[in-house]
Amino acid sequence: MNKDLMKNQNYQQSKEKIGYVSFHEATPDDYNRIGFKSGLEVHQQLNSKEKLFCRCPAGILHSNEDYHAEIIRHMRPTLSEMGVYDGTALMEFKTKKEITYKIHKSTACTYDIDDTPPFPINKEALEYALEICHLCKLNIVGEVHITRKQYLDGSIPAGFQRTAILGVNGQIDLGYKKVNLIQLSIEEDSCRETMDFGHNRVYKTDRLGVPLIETVTAPELYTPQELKDAAEHIRLLNRVSGRSRIGMGAGREDVNVSCKGGTRVEIKGVSRNKWIPKLSHNEAFRQWALLNIRETLNKRISKNIWKLSYTTLNSKEFPKIREIAKQNGLPCEEIIALNLPEFKDILSHFTQPGRDFCNEISDRLKVIACIEKPNIISSEDIHTLISPSLFKRIKEIIPSNENDAQIVIWGPKSDIQTAIETVEERCIMAFEGVPSETRRPLPNGITLFERVLPGADRMYPDTDSVPIPLAIDYIDSLKQQKENDIDYQMTKLIEWNAPKDTFTYILRNNLFDLVNRIISLGFASNFVTSVIGHRIKHIHGKYGYKKDFPFEKVYNIFKYVADNGLDAEIIKRVFSEAAKTGLDEPDSILNRLNFNKRNINFSEFLTKTNKVMESIPEYKDHKRAVNWAIGNIANEAVGNISITKLSTLLTSETTLS
Amino acid sequence: MNSENTQGYKGESLKIFEKYNCRVWGKVEITTTRGQFIGTLLPRSENDNDQHLVLKIDTGYNIGINISTITEIRELGYYKANYKIPEKKFPYSDNKPNVKLFGTGGTIASRLDYRTGAVIPAFSPGELYGAVPELADICNIETEKLFSVFSENMGPEQYVILAKAIKDEIEKGVDGIIIGHGTDTLHHTAAALTFMIQNPPIPIVLVGSQRSSDRPSSDAALNLIHAAYTAAYSDIAEVMVCMFGPTSDEYGFLHPGTRVRKMHSSYRSTFRTIGDTPLATINKDIGIKKIKTDRKVRRDDKNVTCTPVFNEKVTMVYYYPGMQGDVIDSLVECGYKGIVFVGTGLGHVNKSIYSAIERAQKKDIVMYMTLQTIWGYVNMFVYDTGRDLMKMGIVPAGNMLPETAYIKLGWALGQTNDTEKIKDIMLTPVNDEITPREPYDGYLVYQGGVSEIDDFIKNFRK
Repeated sequence: MNKDLMKNQNYQQSKEKIGYVSFHEATPDDYNRIGFKSGLEVHQQLNSKEKLFCRCPAGILHSNEDYHAEIIRHMRPTLSEMGVYDGTALMEFKTKKEITYKIHKSTACTYDIDDTPPFPINKEALEYALEICHLCKLNIVGEVHITRKQYLDGSIPAGFQRTAILGVNGQIDLGYKKVNLIQLSIEEDSCRETMDFGHNRVYKTDRLGVPLIETVTAPELYTPQELKDAAEHIRLLNRVSGRSRIGMGAGREDVNVSCKGGTRVEIKGVSRNKWIPKLSHNEAFRQWALLNIRETLNKRISKNIWKLSYTTLNSKEFPKIREIAKQNGLPCEEIIALNLPEFKDILSHFTQPGRDFCNEISDRLKVIACIEKPNIISSEDIHTLISPSLFKRIKEIIPSNENDAQIVIWGPKSDIQTAIETVEERCIMAFEGVPSETRRPLPNGITLFERVLPGADRMYPDTDSVPIPLAIDYIDSLKQQKENDIDYQMTKLIEWNAPKDTFTYILRNNLFDLVNRIISLGFASNFVTSVIGHRIKHIHGKYGYKKDFPFEKVYNIFKYVADNGLDAEIIKRVFSEAAKTGLDEPDSILNRLNFNKRNINFSEFLTKTNKVMESIPEYKDHKRAVNWAIGNIANEAVGNISITKLSTLLTSETTLS
Repeated sequence: MNSENTQGYKGESLKIFEKYNCRVWGKVEITTTRGQFIGTLLPRSENDNDQHLVLKIDTGYNIGINISTITEIRELGYYKANYKIPEKKFPYSDNKPNVKLFGTGGTIASRLDYRTGAVIPAFSPGELYGAVPELADICNIETEKLFSVFSENMGPEQYVILAKAIKDEIEKGVDGIIIGHGTDTLHHTAAALTFMIQNPPIPIVLVGSQRSSDRPSSDAALNLIHAAYTAAYSDIAEVMVCMFGPTSDEYGFLHPGTRVRKMHSSYRSTFRTIGDTPLATINKDIGIKKIKTDRKVRRDDKNVTCTPVFNEKVTMVYYYPGMQGDVIDSLVECGYKGIVFVGTGLGHVNKSIYSAIERAQKKDIVMYMTLQTIWGYVNMFVYDTGRDLMKMGIVPAGNMLPETAYIKLGWALGQTNDTEKIKDIMLTPVNDEITPREPYDGYLVYQGGVSEIDDFIKNFRK
């Protein structure tokens, strides 16, 4: 499909027309031009021992085949508290999925499968989440109300997720800009999907119910880079708290994106922050493209009189279509041709790299009508354009005009009515612009339709639980000392040019003061933070990250090196040795390294180097000779003289013969 | 202040409403020492404390604000929610059976109550169609709300009204009857109706739901669909309970009204036929698959025997080892005419209450023995204790379930005070409340952890 589209003239022209620029070429001006706007929902599992509303252990994962029983459920929409049905809910109901849960004895109980009301909320998890609220400077609520958030996709057997707001209106500081936080909630994690085909979807319940926090930013991030920075920052705060679970899937983000004139679209479950920029870039331009489609369509025809027509094709006359279905192992009980008035050049209009508007329809056919892909061909496919006979015949069967486009869809008889409605619905939405959707991210930076974006309408008070009051003293007691300092410390780390990946370790273990003390001994800040954040972290890990790790000994080593006028480079060797043999007093470690404090006889060494350069032909190259020389002397030099300094000296003093 | 505007608030929190002149359903901006909160003020559950206001914030979540932190409240707007299922007229079709649905309350028809914050029965049965449109594919349904009570509030008074209403419907020629009912005492009502409505020409189906219909995964819709199918098409014409078979959305069971019991507080698959097999399974795609083939079948006539009586001076005594005789004495003193004992083992109570039992016998109290073991027969010949008790007038009730025996004794005493006649009524089964034999598969309580059981569960679902 991708390659085909590249050959499609209309696809290429439409891409140019909307002024698409690739992610790598895009500048802040491009984002400003299309009015890029985004916000984040950062999910982070908490490392509590048990699940949120039952006493099953949290954090144990199973393979797909490791289960003891299956439960089947169907989901049906209910009314929200405000008395209306939620849009997503109705869509999901249309899809009529049979949902199977594979449950494992060790991680699921009768609560998980919604056969027992909830147990009291996990106090440990609640406390962890409140600590993080403090770190994010949120206004903490006086009473926690458990709310049900409907999910009809089956990802939660009850059909709703129990969730509660703990804080609202916070703020984070990215250094170059402050970003507002709307809220932080605590919620139970959902099931993991293992299969989705046709009308069947399978989940496993190991992750279900694990305590999770969701931090929501205001939609005020205006470039993909800002978006990523905010995601990194929130993830850092979560990690710094020491309360978050690490490992696969323990942290994921939902990214909300819109462009000027567009709609909020949620890219759901991005598990790596580094994917965020490209995904959000493509989404903003997808919306930009849909707005162009809207403009084109509305110029051609009024939405109010637009109506598609369709007819059933005699499958004997179209063996090629049956062939497509058959090749992919899909049922083809009925084939329908649809005429879309005034849709010429719309179906192959660019939406995302390698995707066109026809894909928008195809995605919905898969999700809503449960017709697996490939599920559509159009009069604008490149194959069709090259050999137009199929659609020439279709145009004879179904009345159409020059400016119309045609598509053919197929599938099980029982799904065809929903399929036709789905096509019609998506086409009408094209006149309105960008539909509110949740979209599934792909690793290559594009997204697929997942479902209609749910609104506040899907919230419902949890009638199985009572509000939990939070005493003022209790809230205050959870305020960690470091909370006041964390912004200052982070600004300082940035100022010190500390490697980004060292922030979490330093802040989480309260090592800022240690780092500061070492720097004041005269060491370079970048060097110190890197040693602490990498080498000491490594040794600490060997100790099992115990709280009573002897950080003071680390200080002593730095102090010894400073007091004895040794070169800082020796410190890396000391800690490499310590990692192997134990973190002892500096003297002992240096002894183990056979370190002797002495003055390097530079002239003797210079002569030796020159000699080598003369005698061995392959060392005639100046740079290689110097490297050889340093390699030879490194053992005795490190600690006594800076290797950088040595290299400079050797380079300037030796000459090529 | 208008109580509508402060719904559910009391004490200290009520004073806040007065102080800042705000109202429930008002969109407000609340300034507190913990920062600012914006949202809609919601009613509060009456059982909750008077220290917090409930706010629905824009993202749809509810939060509570500690009133001692509030420094200012400003109303920005007002929107009152109207919680209502879209009520649609049930489509009528000439070629479909006519089914009558009686509503009694319970979670098959429920909604949220702001007063208690809990689920209350409030959907009119007509609204059920708005929620479960598939019903129209099965039959024509006419609905009538008889009561609006929780299951535990269903009692003799309601049984009588219900029985009379059923009789009237049968005589009008309806093809089947559904009774929506809370699950806690569903089996009591099923027993009562079995005795009060005998030889009905049509199926009478009681149905409920274990997970309230306010949740997406509720069993209410599927139970209702199964019940409608049964009422419309079942060949078995008796009082039945229709509830989930396994906990999965797969099939329902039709249980005989006198042998069914709720066995788990929250599982969907809570109702089980005790000491026998269910009558049939029901699945909307496959239809009704009979397990028992010897039942009374549907007829074309409109004849039915209705005996809607009940003497409420009947009680149940669940025996425990330290029981004292004064428990029995006080029941007699209070004027109870019948006692159903729920005894240990084969049907025993200890000697310390013998004299009290004798005193009861002298006052012509009728006494029957049933079992705490739930499964099995009372047998009072095996041990001396049993023989002693029979001498004192306690009649063994075979394998009648304790709840069924209680209902039947109330119904019998509603007809006569003659001890012998009562005994005759009690021991002559109306519809299998006592069975002559217990099939080997009437008692199946497997234990997990055993490999063959684990295999069974994995392969056949629960």
